[in-house]
Amino acid sequence: MEETLTLVVATLAATLRVATPLVLCAMGGLFSEKSGIIDVGLEGKMLMAAFFAAATASLTGSAWAGVGAAILAAEMFALLHGFACITHRGNQVVSGIAINILAMGLTVVLGTAWFGRGGQTPPLAGMERLNPIFFPVAGDNILVYVALLSVPFAWWVIERTRFGLRLRAVGEVPLAVDAAGISVSWLRYRAVLICGLFAGLAGAYLSIAQNAGFSRDMTAGQGFIALAAIIFGRWRPVPAFAACLAFGLLDAIAIRLQGVKLPGIGEVPVQLIQALPYLLTLFLLAGFIGRTVAPKAAGVPYEKEH
Amino acid sequence: MSASRRPLPGWVEVGLLPLANIAMAFFLVGLIVAIIGVDPFHALKLLVLGAVGSSESIGYTLYYATNFIFTGLAVAVAFHAGLFNIGGEGQAYIGGLGCGLAVLALDRYLPGPLMVPLAILASAAFGAAWAAIPAWMQAWRGSHIVITTIMFNFVASALMVYLMVNVLIAPGSMTPQSRGFAASASVPSMQAALQWIGIAVAPSALNLSLLLALLACAGIWIFLWHTPWGYGLRTMGQNPEAALYAGTNLKRTTMLAMCLSGALAGGVAVNELLGVHHRLVLDFAAGYGFTGIAVALMGRGHPLGIVLAALLFGALQQGGAELNFEIPTITREMVVVIQGLVILFSGALVHLPRPWLQALFARKG
Repeated sequence: MEETLTLVVATLAATLRVATPLVLCAMGGLFSEKSGIIDVGLEGKMLMAAFFAAATASLTGSAWAGVGAAILAAEMFALLHGFACITHRGNQVVSGIAINILAMGLTVVLGTAWFGRGGQTPPLAGMERLNPIFFPVAGDNILVYVALLSVPFAWWVIERTRFGLRLRAVGEVPLAVDAAGISVSWLRYRAVLICGLFAGLAGAYLSIAQNAGFSRDMTAGQGFIALAAIIFGRWRPVPAFAACLAFGLLDAIAIRLQGVKLPGIGEVPVQLIQALPYLLTLFLLAGFIGRTVAPKAAGVPYEKEH
Repeated sequence: MSASRRPLPGWVEVGLLPLANIAMAFFLVGLIVAIIGVDPFHALKLLVLGAVGSSESIGYTLYYATNFIFTGLAVAVAFHAGLFNIGGEGQAYIGGLGCGLAVLALDRYLPGPLMVPLAILASAAFGAAWAAIPAWMQAWRGSHIVITTIMFNFVASALMVYLMVNVLIAPGSMTPQSRGFAASASVPSMQAALQWIGIAVAPSALNLSLLLALLACAGIWIFLWHTPWGYGLRTMGQNPEAALYAGTNLKRTTMLAMCLSGALAGGVAVNELLGVHHRLVLDFAAGYGFTGIAVALMGRGHPLGIVLAALLFGALQQGGAELNFEIPTITREMVVVIQGLVILFSGALVHLPRPWLQALFARKG
């Protein structure tokens, strides 16, 4: 009995650990998508943030400086995305892809030039990392709690504030917002910046909290899983959070199931469980689990009439 | 801002604007190189020498360019139909599965002249099939092709790892790769082919797949601009409602564009597996699908532009490797940075230099 309990608690803790960056990313992405700016570049922003967090923490010896650098790095890319998509009305998907590829290259190029470890940053220890607060075994560092708080925060801002109302409006009918005398561009820029903030925190979590340093491509598709969680949650914070937890649980189980033979089924391939978030999202998108409802103006640049 | 999209003279639109975009991207690359502490001009010299300095390096440049022509065309064909296919990576990978399965099943029975075309067809068919699912989801279920093709990349990767580790691995092999293909199932290397007509070049990974890629360019050019199907496809990309009104079947055209795109991506498998590795290996398509986006954007979706852009990226890939050898602080990932910047400036920020060019040229027009 006690053994089962330990197993359950350990799995839940692992779920939370894996889900934290997904939750942060998903909540950030939600703001951007709600305002009508598709963000395929979550992955790249997170990767950049992870690199600068670890690099700064390693150079200054302070984890908090790392968090600051992570946010700054992600915001730079968020501004770039905004500049291309809002100011220059460029293709949002192309801009997102560019950001992903740029981050993939830039982190390794800068990492190799600065640290000479094949793209890795030096290993971090002690005060260079964000350490667990209450339960050392569970790894409950501050960003885990930030992620948990980000969900009610996102819900409150989007559903209960004037800014949130305008944000939803600008993602559905930007013309109406414009006609009401509110700047579409400024609203969208704020949304993109909030997205950058969260993506930055997610990146910092990866390299200075969950792991002890940056390694190349360490985001490994998590930005896209966060995107999938947004779709799964139908662009609402709480269901998106639930989707992140579900994907996190899948991951935690995948680690446990490695090489285990299940009665009646045999060994479940790890690759299948790893691909499950994507497969489930595809099923959802194909309309087998109900229709999806993206913000109507998502992906459409707004052209102001003169 | 809305007045800023006034037309420019043709040669500015086709020639100068793309060059201005690329110039901006490369200016930033130079800046990054300088930040790292290397003289950008010295780096450029080494890069050019590494890319075209010897017949061996030219061979490798053209070998990389072959992959980029395939994936660049793949992205461009879908783009002309208004579809953004980010799944070239996965389609090339699954194309390789088709190629590998065909060869592993039949290479002991079929002679080369039958085996190689069959393997090429299998690559194209599997690549097309992998693109057909997101195409169907877009056409019939209305799900966004960008998201679905991204997901299919990850699914393809997981599927291939599973198959390579558990099913297709050569008996007794420690690394996940299939048994070697029979000699009949190989595309001849360019060195062998040129030797046959009396020209001696250094051996490289370059093989006759390059000719297939150029053939594909010509074929796509004819298809897009000289057939009714290509016309319907491009009309759909410009204005779906007009295409519908003109009698184009949008669902069928979506399928056609994506299947063609996937089949072209499958060409990477031909170049890599039949031309170089001669066995099924993991991750042979890594990165080529994404470079295809940069190539297609830079080449403005035209086959000729794509060949030029593919040559440039081939040279960067090969020259970058040599540069890394000479200056270890500049890694090969510099090429990835360049790709990202090219996609940014030739894609998302394509209209950035327009106001300046307008100030220079629009008045005369």
